[in-house]
Amino acid sequence: MKETIKKLVEAFGPSGYEGTVRDLIRQAVEEEGLANGKGDEVRIDALGNLVVLKKGTGGGRKVMLAGHMDEIGVVVTHVDEKGFLRFGRMGGIRPLTLLGGRVRFADGTIGVVGAEKLEDRSKVPGLDKLFIDVGAKDKEACPVRVGDVAGFFRPFEDLGDRLVAKAMDDRIGCAVILQALRELKTVAHDVYFVFTVQEEVGLRGATTSGYGVAPDLALSVDVTTTGDTPEAHTMAVSLGNGPAIKVKDGGMLAHPGVKNWLIETAEANEIPYQLEVLEGGTTDARAIQTSRAGVPAGCVSIPCRYVHTPSEMVDYSDVTNAVKLLVAALSAPIELE
Amino acid sequence: METAKLLKQLTEARGPSGYEAEIREIVREQFGRYADETRVDTLGNVIALKRGDGPEPRPTVMLAGHMDEIGLMVKQIEKGFLHITTVGGFDPRVLLGQQVIVHGRQELPGVIVSVPPHFTDPADREKTVPLDKMFVDVGLPPERVEALVRVGDLITVHSDYLELSGGWAAGKAMDDRTAVAAIAICLEELTRVKHQWDVCAVATVQEEVGHFGAITSAYDLKPTVGIAIDVTFGHQPGLPESETVKMGKGPSIAFGPNIHPQVFDSLVTAAKDMELPHQIEPVPGRTGTDAWDIQVSRSGVPTGLLGIPLRYMHTAVETVVLQDVERTGRLLAGFIARLDDDFFDALTWKPRSRKGSEGEEVA
Amino acid sequence: MWLKELSEAVGVSGHEDEARQVIIKAITDQVDEYRVDSIGNVIALKKGDGSSDLKVMVAAHMDEVGFMISQIEESGLLRFFKVGGLDDRILPAKVVWIGDKKVPGVIGIKPVHLTEQGERKKPVKHDKLVIDIGASSKAEAEKLVQRGDYATFATQFVELDPEGKGWRTVRGKAFDDRAGCAVLIELLATQYPFDLYAVFTVQEELGLRGARVSAFAVAPDFAFTLECTGANEIPTPKDISPSTRLGHGPAITVMDRSFIADRRLVQLLIDTAEELDMPYQIKQPGVGGTDSGAIHRSREGVPSATVSVPGRYIHSPAAILSLDDLDHTVHLMRESLIKLGNW
Repeated sequence: MKETIKKLVEAFGPSGYEGTVRDLIRQAVEEEGLANGKGDEVRIDALGNLVVLKKGTGGGRKVMLAGHMDEIGVVVTHVDEKGFLRFGRMGGIRPLTLLGGRVRFADGTIGVVGAEKLEDRSKVPGLDKLFIDVGAKDKEACPVRVGDVAGFFRPFEDLGDRLVAKAMDDRIGCAVILQALRELKTVAHDVYFVFTVQEEVGLRGATTSGYGVAPDLALSVDVTTTGDTPEAHTMAVSLGNGPAIKVKDGGMLAHPGVKNWLIETAEANEIPYQLEVLEGGTTDARAIQTSRAGVPAGCVSIPCRYVHTPSEMVDYSDVTNAVKLLVAALSAPIELE
Repeated sequence: METAKLLKQLTEARGPSGYEAEIREIVREQFGRYADETRVDTLGNVIALKRGDGPEPRPTVMLAGHMDEIGLMVKQIEKGFLHITTVGGFDPRVLLGQQVIVHGRQELPGVIVSVPPHFTDPADREKTVPLDKMFVDVGLPPERVEALVRVGDLITVHSDYLELSGGWAAGKAMDDRTAVAAIAICLEELTRVKHQWDVCAVATVQEEVGHFGAITSAYDLKPTVGIAIDVTFGHQPGLPESETVKMGKGPSIAFGPNIHPQVFDSLVTAAKDMELPHQIEPVPGRTGTDAWDIQVSRSGVPTGLLGIPLRYMHTAVETVVLQDVERTGRLLAGFIARLDDDFFDALTWKPRSRKGSEGEEVA
Repeated sequence: MWLKELSEAVGVSGHEDEARQVIIKAITDQVDEYRVDSIGNVIALKKGDGSSDLKVMVAAHMDEVGFMISQIEESGLLRFFKVGGLDDRILPAKVVWIGDKKVPGVIGIKPVHLTEQGERKKPVKHDKLVIDIGASSKAEAEKLVQRGDYATFATQFVELDPEGKGWRTVRGKAFDDRAGCAVLIELLATQYPFDLYAVFTVQEELGLRGARVSAFAVAPDFAFTLECTGANEIPTPKDISPSTRLGHGPAITVMDRSFIADRRLVQLLIDTAEELDMPYQIKQPGVGGTDSGAIHRSREGVPSATVSVPGRYIHSPAAILSLDDLDHTVHLMRESLIKLGNW
């Protein structure tokens, strides 16, 4: 699975520009014949969500799994006379994590993030005091234009038990869902494996794909933060203690029936798990939950340190256990209390 | 129907957003006494249908009052003390010293605490205690706590219904169980009064965390008209008159972009006909209630909003005047009894085609 | 030209009535049918020539930011709320019209002679301001206005360049988005290959509300929003983008806070502008939000784009735009829509 993860996290894909990631996933689905059964479907909807349906044998539920393909990034707002770029944010990107770092544009152009002189070195400058330097001599020579987008540029590192990369949020979720698709035998349920777009800018892909699929149960697979680093914000999730079953986050309360179903599945299959209460941030599940007449929704979270930085860290056993949990949950009848 | 008794039962029940099971049972039973049928939908809303006697197909009026209350949740357990986070909008300043119930494997009484003033830096005593420096103490040894409480367990405020003098009352969850009571009062009234339209009375869930119950139930029911009932700011010292309503002077009828002008007019007319004390409450934008989301459901729903005056919102001592609750229920019934074909026509524009001039209908 | 009548019409979010009347008057003979929905949107259909099966929605919002009377004091002075986004600093000493009868009033402020030095450095918050209609008591005031009445700036439309030697600039209120409405009205003079739903939306300023319900009702295949977007050209020593500029043609949105435009539609607009050899600009990405934000996420998603007429000082008593830019916007949209019909 590490190969898949590496390919996915290193791909270019800020919100609205998920094409490369989508192609990688679709290619895997087609080359490995993952949706070749009767009634199976692979389609791309109006906003670019990739929807893979594995038709069930019948008598089960209509389940939607959602992981988002987009990563946070920046958009160029101005090319100045000297060829420096001013930019705005796409999703939750912060000055602190950009300074001195590198970004990459769709065509491969690399840029360095610099800052104006700081009046007060003790304060973090706002985005409007930063700029990107692609090494251009002047405006004419600059290969980048207003409207171009870029994401963090960092390679994937395998530390053994732990993996580090940019865009673990949420390529790790996509990897987990793709792996679940690989491992899931035919089951009673119709399972929609949905790789969504534009989550980081407002859960937009989940809103439209949720409406389109109209599931009767939904799970998002996304990262969550941890409380296990020095002087961290209090939080009960730690790396290596298993996938986290979401109770609540900044945008929603998981449906108690869905939460309990996941807990029971984990306990019955001896899969380690943790309970997650996240105070800031939310996932695609929030958008799907209020779709049409309502959908019972929850989330399987991958614990992740340093979220929204170029070096997000996950534990590999948490990742494989998340796959186990999903496969086990979907391989049995689903009764929600 | 004894308002005080009903309100006591409703407000003392537990039902924080997302976990409304206990209050749901009670509401379903209450609404069920006067409705033709009741059901519970996907997210847990209680929907009670009371059919009208007009010819089919009958238009529907949806009533929405939310049954969830704000609460707290365990986010981490440390040496037997519980770290907490909010479910809905609690002002941390009202929490210190508050008695609570932790809903673990058992119900455990507890209290919200922080470092006592005797041990606090004098400078810090001038500042409010932030939520992440507060804990819930259930008074049990750490091993007992670990056995009985988990991360994610709900915590509700423990506050009994309190009768104040002059027909006033205080308690938790008056926001928005007073509306649920008003709807029950309305349904009871409608067993005595004829009404043409169907009534779908909905006790919504998760209003405090995003109006989620209203969003999904409005989508499901496709009502012709939607009326939300929620508490509104009763006047108290320090608050501007322009943003509050008077206590004891009847429900407020909201006016503004969130409200359909015909629905507003009909509510006011009903109130005047019934000689029912009422107030007008101009709201220039978001009303902060289920009405905001009902209005933009599907292709749009003509919406109205009634406000029950309440002081000290989002505390354990929310204070209301019982008569205001009753009047709200009666106004709803009076409005519903008056819904007829003329009102329906006034709501809908006729499509025009090229050949007709403005105001003329051409086949 | 409808822009003058549209600009002077009163149509604050939630009470767009007068603006709606002007629009209905302007489009009645240009469309096959129209209706007004429950929130007040005008949804008009101009049938296509039958050569395309597509259903295209083009939206422009008719509401403007303004005020609502919140309280009538014993003194006869009026307290007010803001409706939509307004900067408090532009309020003092302006003239307003209140209610359907357009009762004139002034937003007063303490005379400068009686203010302290320190006071003059701080903006006055709107809830500390009052509107004076000249009534000397509550009872007198109540004869003319009531709580809940809507009010707007009292601004007349003026041509700043009547001989047309510059950018043919004009000044008035509510160019955001009566300029977009004016463009949409002009577009209805042409028949397109597909059925065109021209939607004049309401309550955009309160969160794209009218667009949300009308998009659900229409369920189009593609959508465009016509807006009037901020042009911040005040000189600054720093080399940064002015967001958009007057006289440089229609501004095409790549992305703003509310949505990311469909790339094919953006390319269609750019290609068309280039073919027509017409000035156009790319709006500074990441600023503001428009009806496309609600439309694109409707139902299963709608590929959408936004095109804007640049306007200086929008959301103030007096905005300035160029009729050259407006005409170019009409031209660009008309040709792009025709091209779209041939996809």
